[in-house]
Amino acid sequence: MASVIEHPSTLRSSPQAGADEAAFGLSLAPPPAVALAPPLAPRETAARRTLRGQIAKLERELAEAAARSTPDDRIVWSTATPDLAGPRLLGLGELERLRDDLAERLHEVRVVHRERAVREALKRDQLTALLRDPARYRFVRITRRDVGEPGCGAWESRPRLGLIGMLAGWWHVKISSGCPLAA
Amino acid sequence: MSAPPTRPGWVSDRLSAEFPRLGLTLCDVDLERRLGRSPKGVRERLALLADRFRGADAMVLRQRPVPHAYRVFFRHVGIDPDVTRVPVEAAALQRLLQGGFPSQGLLQDALTIALMETGVPLWALDAAAVEGRLGLRLSGESERLGEGERAPLLAPGRIVVADERGPIAELFGEPAPNRLVGKGTTRVQLFAVVVEGVEAISVEEALWTCAETLQS
Repeated sequence: MASVIEHPSTLRSSPQAGADEAAFGLSLAPPPAVALAPPLAPRETAARRTLRGQIAKLERELAEAAARSTPDDRIVWSTATPDLAGPRLLGLGELERLRDDLAERLHEVRVVHRERAVREALKRDQLTALLRDPARYRFVRITRRDVGEPGCGAWESRPRLGLIGMLAGWWHVKISSGCPLAA
Repeated sequence: MSAPPTRPGWVSDRLSAEFPRLGLTLCDVDLERRLGRSPKGVRERLALLADRFRGADAMVLRQRPVPHAYRVFFRHVGIDPDVTRVPVEAAALQRLLQGGFPSQGLLQDALTIALMETGVPLWALDAAAVEGRLGLRLSGESERLGEGERAPLLAPGRIVVADERGPIAELFGEPAPNRLVGKGTTRVQLFAVVVEGVEAISVEEALWTCAETLQS
């Protein structure tokens, strides 16, 4: 496998240099020691750029998905691609693998979100029915978390006056609110 | 007080070809007195920053342009930002775990303030320990991070911040101990890594915020 020599003459200033260089009257420092760079096929540059664009798009979508996630979703966010080698230029194969990992992760996250949305919709329907007819849903308890709302409140079908209500069929919905105090 | 001048570092052609917007921005700050404990004003500013930052902010942090740009760049260079967090997310996590930003001395506090205000991470070096201009390149064979036999050996092909003497730090990593700011430091060299999606104004604001705090 051929190595590409990163020759000192190939070093240049940061993209924002230009005007700044002239403005401050600065010249670039002498280049550092010659370094060996890992081989990357120059003809694949465009392909790598495209893959990087796809990775950026997937990362943005994952970030949006992360904001909609809850701890209950139990999503593992890290990709299968190992994070051991440190900052480096990724080859075409590595970028493709990373893109595929991110796409797979995004798909999994969307599946989790979709399943949660279905569960929450069912619970909301159940809550509507519970509020309409508490006697039909005896002792059923639906939490705010079950319907996708923040907080620790819950709706529960309870008998009025305890045992008397149970015998007489007097049921009502009790709403608890607020999170329990820390011990 | 006028804003200290910033200047660009160099980037090797190999890196520029792959990442046209990648760069370093440098800024030197003369210390008027020895670095030590932060003055009351700086500690109050840290407390204010901590109060302003809540769990909801942490949830949407990665959607903000600057942290997002660093997350994307982390991915592009083979770092998983969900394993090795981008600096502003790491600081945000510490804020949530510790309930605040405890003061860690003027230098660290200045870096934290700049980071949390702008999202741009900065690193500080002893300017006297830097030879020539800082830049970004790939590491070569048998290069070490620091000097001496005990300095860790760098794998070839890592992206490093380097000067004429050699690598100073892996990109986004901690600088070698012999280049860090110490008790005898009179001039600090700050540097920021600029990536695609991070505007120059954010980087300059970070550097000026840090410089201003160091000279407070």
